[in-house]
Amino acid sequence: MNAIRRNTASADPSRRSFLVGSAATGLVMGFADPLNVLGAGEALAAGRLAPTVWFDMGADGVCTVHVAKAEMGQHVGTALAQLVAEELEIAWRDMRIDYPDAHPKYNDLVLAALITGGSWSVNFNYDAMSRAGAAGRITLVEAAAKIMAVPANECTAKNSRVAHAKSKKSMTYGEIVAKGKVDRTWTADELKGIKLKSHAAHTLVGQPVPALDVPSKSDGTAKFGIDTFVPGMLYGKLKLPPVRYGAKVKSVDDSAAKKVKGFVKAVPIEDPTGTTSGWVVAIANTWPAAKQAAEALKVEWELGPHTRVSSDSLIAEAKRLQADGSKALLWVKEGDSGGALGSAKNTVEAEYITHLAIHAPIEPQNAVVEPRGDTWHVYCGNQFATRSGAIAAAILGVKPDKVVMHQFVLGGGFGRRLDCDNIIAAAAAAKAVNKPVKLIYSREDDMAVDFTRPLTYQKVRGALDDAGKLVAMEHDVVSSWPTARWQIPEFLTDSVDKKGKLDSFTVNGSDHWYSVPNHTVRTTLNELAQAATPSGQLRSVAPAWTFWAVESFIDEAAAKAGVDPVEFRLRMLDGAARNAKGAARLANAIRVAAGRAGWGAMDLPKGSAMGIAAVSSQERATATWTACVAQVRVDPNSGDVKVDKLTLAMDVGTAVNPDGVRAQIEGSALWGLSLALKEKATLKDGRIEQTNFDSYTPVRMSDVPKLDISIISNGEPARGCGEPAVTVVGPAIANAIFRAVGARVRTLPITAEAVKAAMKT
Amino acid sequence: MVALTINGRPHNVDAPDDTPLLWVIREQLKMTGTKFGCGVAQCGACTVHLDGEAVRSCQITLKSAAGRKITTIEGLNGQHPLQKAWIAEQVPQCGYCQSGQIMQAAALLASNPDPTPEQVVDAMDGNLCRCMSYVRIQRAVLRAAADMRSAKAGRPT
Ligand code: FES
Ligand code: FES
Repeated sequence: MNAIRRNTASADPSRRSFLVGSAATGLVMGFADPLNVLGAGEALAAGRLAPTVWFDMGADGVCTVHVAKAEMGQHVGTALAQLVAEELEIAWRDMRIDYPDAHPKYNDLVLAALITGGSWSVNFNYDAMSRAGAAGRITLVEAAAKIMAVPANECTAKNSRVAHAKSKKSMTYGEIVAKGKVDRTWTADELKGIKLKSHAAHTLVGQPVPALDVPSKSDGTAKFGIDTFVPGMLYGKLKLPPVRYGAKVKSVDDSAAKKVKGFVKAVPIEDPTGTTSGWVVAIANTWPAAKQAAEALKVEWELGPHTRVSSDSLIAEAKRLQADGSKALLWVKEGDSGGALGSAKNTVEAEYITHLAIHAPIEPQNAVVEPRGDTWHVYCGNQFATRSGAIAAAILGVKPDKVVMHQFVLGGGFGRRLDCDNIIAAAAAAKAVNKPVKLIYSREDDMAVDFTRPLTYQKVRGALDDAGKLVAMEHDVVSSWPTARWQIPEFLTDSVDKKGKLDSFTVNGSDHWYSVPNHTVRTTLNELAQAATPSGQLRSVAPAWTFWAVESFIDEAAAKAGVDPVEFRLRMLDGAARNAKGAARLANAIRVAAGRAGWGAMDLPKGSAMGIAAVSSQERATATWTACVAQVRVDPNSGDVKVDKLTLAMDVGTAVNPDGVRAQIEGSALWGLSLALKEKATLKDGRIEQTNFDSYTPVRMSDVPKLDISIISNGEPARGCGEPAVTVVGPAIANAIFRAVGARVRTLPITAEAVKAAMKT
Repeated sequence: MVALTINGRPHNVDAPDDTPLLWVIREQLKMTGTKFGCGVAQCGACTVHLDGEAVRSCQITLKSAAGRKITTIEGLNGQHPLQKAWIAEQVPQCGYCQSGQIMQAAALLASNPDPTPEQVVDAMDGNLCRCMSYVRIQRAVLRAAADMRSAKAGRPT
């Protein structure tokens, strides 16, 4: 995506746009000064080394990296600390991390915001962290040289120590900082001028050092947002309308709630950002009391226009939009797919659907909002502090610099905590009572108002030439547009023909690396879905549906051409024109996965088979090259699918921490499995039907197949590793089912009934 | 006032009898290692020991916990072989489910020092990990079991 550029324009005079505009303006307005981290200047004054904002070091030689990325299980802080430490030449035992309060000075240098997602973190911050570390080393060497009265260029830095070989003098980093001579700060240009180590010279990058956040997550001491306490705090519990979106509160009768001991007040949420609708917060002195009070509240709603919308009606509307075509916006246009399809003798056509899916991090949404003097403090784990802080300010009716955003480790993010409905509701509640309020969603609340993965409908048509080569592909994607919902113009992309703005986070991945001379991809906003079931970014975002379609379709085309699906893919990955290099990397990942799985070389029992899929998630510009072979067993009577083994190969360029990368691939591959077979959310009568983990059922330990993971680390730039595997497993399973029993399933999640039905046809 | 014994220490709690133990432990006594995940015995994040048995504290009323021996993750003091195995295997991702996982596994190992992988799966299947760190959880439980057996046999681990 393009970097979010700073936005100060707010031309649209409507109230909604004004407020969202204010939120966007927050990108430059900034936040209150953080409390727990010093600026470089103050750090110097306090006798600490802080050549850039990214870390500081005290007289004990301990270096603390300020992690401005949300830590949600990806151990991002450890990877960033490794990058700093590599260039800083510090012993790993001297490294620590902390999570500073939000401040624009910590903005991601590529994205110009505090945001965590997209598998961007290491990719986009590799350079900044490396340069910060190098600047620290140079500062320490120069300072030590001065103190030891030797030439700086004769000194070496290693293992937390600067040494001068000739004079046999040396000083530890701690000693240098203690002398207080580390008074150099660095401009952006100076940082840019530093020559970094080559990949071959790395001693720490590429090592599986233990993650710095693991010990506190093994003894219960890690602090999540939900673990916040502030003095005088009350509790909030949501009372939600019976539709996902569009309801308005008509009246609140709290007479029964008043009988609940500890009940304080019921607060209907005024939310001009439109993130929430028709919510009421019951406030009480404990959470169980707030819950009881919420149940006792009698709220009358005007339910709005979506009370009859269901998953089925969303699909029907999507089909209508696709057939109509007039609202479609072009994302890919290569050659003339219409012409090629029109004249082709051999065509393939298929429709693919992915159902709603719920984030369901085990830590439910929550937030503490606390008034303190003329500022407001917000405590919660969040993935998009730049936007969330600005919106909190708008709700609280103060300037963003009167809001302090405190960051915590996240009990699962997966994209859910990019949104800030929790902050909005907690802020409105705290403001109403002018006291700190801790809002905790029940699991039922959390599922009812999840910004789900959108329901998507895709239609793909292709033409094969006489040699069995795919020469044309036309691909329509119809869905709600999660990113557009945020109303940040910079997140939208011009269509190829400049006829409109589209949400590229609905089509990333469809611009694949297979050479198809005539290729068209269009995306259409399903406005009904957008209005009735606001969607969000769910781990791996668009590639989870675009590759479901593309990789299933390629398999269908291979079958039609009568070519082995691995062979078919490799032929199409010829690296022609814009597919140079990337196609070769994807082909290599396919070869590794197929080879390790024993593709074509194993005797499998009847009803068992392997299937292949390969993806370049997340975006073309930041692709990670991933292939998966799924080995499945299908029960011919029930259609039940059991996945016996997943063999994955991923080219991540550089694996900063190979064990961390492996953990991410393990988890994301199982996410792929879970979304393929276990997780289905449905909309009925305008509301999400699933309410808890008994009806929404992610993978448990007994569902886990054998995993064989190969990490390809070839020295190319580091790429994201936490999402791609989510996108590759589903189609690999479906393709395996087809090879096992001849059943082609085109809807995610895959159900036994669908497999059975497809076996008959 | 209800008298509780948690990790060997007495606490007097002022809350309605039917308050779930989870909310007493977390929000009143501020022992936040135990987590809230679902409130309906479906996730295991709230797992503690009641007289040595792994239970879902979201399902235990304050009154029924009175006078019984309650152990939370804090009671393991970071010293349990499982906790060392958790670090050795680098199990946690977001970490939110892990207290519950460890308490569940600790109860298993207390009653079965040499579980098979299948027995581990059986015992742990009620504990959700949304980050899906299952592969490592299983490995760490087996590692801790082996460590505990060799410690008991007097062999260095
Ligand atoms: S919170 Fe008790 S089992 Fe989920
Ligand atoms: S580590 Fe995140 S839920 Fe288990």
